[in-house]
Amino acid sequence: MTKTLPTRLKSLTLAAFAASMLAGCATSGNPKDPIEGFNRAMFAFNEGLDSAIVKPVATGYDAALPSPVRTGVTNFFGNIADVFIGVNNLLQGKVPEAFSDFGRVAINTTIGLLGVLDVASDAGLEKHEEDFGQTFGRWGVGNGAYVVLPVFGPRTARDTVGLILDLKADPVANMDPVRNRNALIVLRVVNDRANLLPADKVIEEAALDKYSYLRDAYLQRRRNLIHDGNPPREVEADAEQVERPVVAEAEVPADAAPVLVARTESPSVK
Amino acid sequence: MKYLFAFVSGLFLSLGASAQEVSPDVLIKNVTSEVLEIVRKDKDIQSGNTKKAIDLVEAKVLPNFNFTRMTQLALAREWKKASSAQQKVLTDEFRTLLVRTYSKALTEYKNQTIDFKPFSLKAGETDAKVRTEIKQSGGGKPIPLDYYLEKANSSWKVYDIEVGGISLVTNYRDSFASEVRNNGIDGLIKSLQAKNKASEAIAAKK
Repeated sequence: MTKTLPTRLKSLTLAAFAASMLAGCATSGNPKDPIEGFNRAMFAFNEGLDSAIVKPVATGYDAALPSPVRTGVTNFFGNIADVFIGVNNLLQGKVPEAFSDFGRVAINTTIGLLGVLDVASDAGLEKHEEDFGQTFGRWGVGNGAYVVLPVFGPRTARDTVGLILDLKADPVANMDPVRNRNALIVLRVVNDRANLLPADKVIEEAALDKYSYLRDAYLQRRRNLIHDGNPPREVEADAEQVERPVVAEAEVPADAAPVLVARTESPSVK
Repeated sequence: MKYLFAFVSGLFLSLGASAQEVSPDVLIKNVTSEVLEIVRKDKDIQSGNTKKAIDLVEAKVLPNFNFTRMTQLALAREWKKASSAQQKVLTDEFRTLLVRTYSKALTEYKNQTIDFKPFSLKAGETDAKVRTEIKQSGGGKPIPLDYYLEKANSSWKVYDIEVGGISLVTNYRDSFASEVRNNGIDGLIKSLQAKNKASEAIAAKK
């Protein structure tokens, strides 16, 4: 199972590529999404995987475990993730945040019983959310094309490179006894999915077209994260508002870069 | 006599509230706590009765929302391509869609606590952002929930809501624009109507 996992992923990718060829190049001409035909095929594949396996398991997990236990699991993995969140904060030059992250790890690993309790949050050390994709974004690398990866789901070209580094750095993915590693990876996936269950129904209700709804939500979310929750309000695309003077700062159009290769821009972070 | 007293004082209080301008953060705080208080006590809403949640949203939340503004924001540059009759239909359909979404979210509410972030407003300002945070029951980083309000005719109205940085309004912008590009304003109206009808049919089956 463990040795064949990469091979399986490879064949899945091939299958999905083939599917996208068959699906043709249906694009709506959105410059952020130049390979929409491929992405839609991959999205359908991921949805199938989710509804056949991941979601049912997550639903069972959610029903079986009391909320404090699930919180403990979320905290446990959150504590492991805090190490590289701190590293990414350092890489982004946010030194106080980085020290807060390392402080969190120190406190939660010890007093928090290997991370199961998030005592650091209660002590006022706020949890952050960082990854290599955000670090690149902070450095001024544009999104590049939107792409739906098999299994991993929505990314941009930049965030795909980020994901590769995230996985290389991931302490769980690099654990030595392979059996434990796999068990932990499965638990993490199921727990993360269970945390998203309430969002499912809301998205179902909101989306006219689930694919584009999730795409645009992903892009907005990433933009927000790169700016640590304070992105410049998007200029209302020549809507010539009369009622409200638009005071939003000029937006660097890196987000709209219709290119496959992530391109470099001067840092646009304010 | 007691009732009469309660009635009169209630009337007095409500008059007082409308005469005095409510600041954006107080407005959001009041509506949030009032609505969540009701949801906490209502077993039907908790078990997924969307119809009841919609009634609640229509009574308590809608009066504080500016749907024309929301629709205009979601359509961005396409808004001007619509006739005023089309704009009205679009606003109605988009309102239905947003109310359903919001109501659905309420049925998923499981006693999470909401924190209100510090708020300040400069005198004369007509645009405000009220920041709140939802603490998740499953642990993990709290989800930011931000409200954008605009002042018109001395009352504040919400024109955008952001959940974790995702705007419930502008998230539709690209898909609305491509719908208009492919099938015109009427095409967008049709697909909104189809979506609302389908959701209604699903809700009716339950």
